[in-house]
Amino acid sequence: MADRVPLVDYLVLSDDPHLVAHECERCGARFFDRRNACASCGATNFHQVDIPRKGTLLTYTIVSTAGPGIQVPFVAAVVDCGGTTVRGNLVNVQPDPGQVRTGMEVRLTTVSVGTDGAGVEAVGYGFEPA
Amino acid sequence: MTQDVWILGISMTKFGKHRDKDSVDLASEAALAAFGDAGVGINDIDVLAAGSLMAGTSAFGQQLQKQIGQTGIPVYNVANACATGATALRTVIMAIKAGEADLGLAVGVEKLSGAGLLGPVNRRKESDTWAPDGRFGALATLDGRVGTDSMPGVFAQIGLEYGHRYGGADFELFARISEKNHAHSTLNPLAAYSKRFTLEEIMNDVMIAYPNTRPMCSANCDGAAAAVVVSDSKLRTLSLEQRRRAVKISASVLTSDPWREGCQVLPDVNTLTRQAATRAYEQAGIGPEDLDLVELHDCFATAELVHYDNLMLCPEGGAVDFFNSGATWRDGKTPVNVSGGLESKGHPIAATGIANVWEICHHLRGEAGDRQIEGARVGLAHVIGLGSACGVHVLEKAAA
Repeated sequence: MADRVPLVDYLVLSDDPHLVAHECERCGARFFDRRNACASCGATNFHQVDIPRKGTLLTYTIVSTAGPGIQVPFVAAVVDCGGTTVRGNLVNVQPDPGQVRTGMEVRLTTVSVGTDGAGVEAVGYGFEPA
Repeated sequence: MTQDVWILGISMTKFGKHRDKDSVDLASEAALAAFGDAGVGINDIDVLAAGSLMAGTSAFGQQLQKQIGQTGIPVYNVANACATGATALRTVIMAIKAGEADLGLAVGVEKLSGAGLLGPVNRRKESDTWAPDGRFGALATLDGRVGTDSMPGVFAQIGLEYGHRYGGADFELFARISEKNHAHSTLNPLAAYSKRFTLEEIMNDVMIAYPNTRPMCSANCDGAAAAVVVSDSKLRTLSLEQRRRAVKISASVLTSDPWREGCQVLPDVNTLTRQAATRAYEQAGIGPEDLDLVELHDCFATAELVHYDNLMLCPEGGAVDFFNSGATWRDGKTPVNVSGGLESKGHPIAATGIANVWEICHHLRGEAGDRQIEGARVGLAHVIGLGSACGVHVLEKAAA
């Protein structure tokens, strides 16, 4: 059993942590979830592609009020990574509208989610100012 | 060529807290008032479509029938997120256009007072051992760890994305949109809230998801709305008074979101709204410049801005300038949400897509009292349910 596991199955924890997507072999549409078929063209064949670690902040919000168990405030963001849209929190930045601006350059980083009863650490990802 | 379809009668309950009434009571109140407005009864109705996301039954329409009349007609129980009411209305319209019914009833109701923050319900239990779950193989809840699922947060991002693309959309601009809708609501006796707020009060209120503060979010409340829809051929057999007050449904459109890069990451509420509006203007044979008033889905102040553009009320990219021109205030060129909108009138989800049609009809009939838009002849009602579904109805005053 690995001592570190990714929070989501599209995060690859290597020496160079990065995200991967399923790319439709017919139309090139990219998806992060388990697929049945392509939502863009209906084809059923996909291959895995690496997503660039660097990107541009397309939009964000600073969530100050959330459901139970969700720590606030946090910066929720949408990032354009070389033409692929990615969702993630903006980390290593103050959750303050003066510190965050759309269009800023960001890069992928990993974030510890916690350790389970067997001592296995779950590792998630976020984006930080580049 | 299918025949025209008309609103014969329509009503909404007061939106707000109805502690002593359940969903069936509210839906019955709206339906019976719509019958009264239409001058017909349950025995005249050929088809019923009903929606309620929170009523906790898949046969809500039949529960309603058990109070207002079990006549054996077909019932369609519909659900389409915040577009549920528009979907119920459209279902009845389709049945009439198909020639299967002459008169139909559409009802939407919600009991939502005190529901708090709406978003996906987190049913996941955090276990002692990491185990992948769901379509992302997630080890834990992703909301808050990988972006946000909360509605105020999602729509905040949608508004700021528009600002990123075109510029000029800052916190104060969004707050001023909310200021307008709260000001409009002071003339609406059926609104859940009818208090005017200053810009400072709006900006200094509790922050939910930047830039949306609490008064910039739709108000959870109880309420119902109902519409009686009639075929053109049936309407011709009714009284002069019924024909005079009937409102023509010049367009009825429902769309879902076509795939675009990123639409499964941040919902794209723009493309399906633009497509629905385009089809609606084609069907009605009018353009956005012909609209005397618009009720659009301001579930958050950040949403109202993007829909100015999506409904083509302004040139592409021009929503900020359009708002700044004063066009969308009730004395402007294209009054938007003179009811107070979802932020102030309230948003009992499944009722909303019929209540906004009621608001338009009220003005087209010249019955809107203090908040009447003088001489209104054409209006548009828009809703969007995240997921997504978009309903657009264009309504016109009777020629008679």
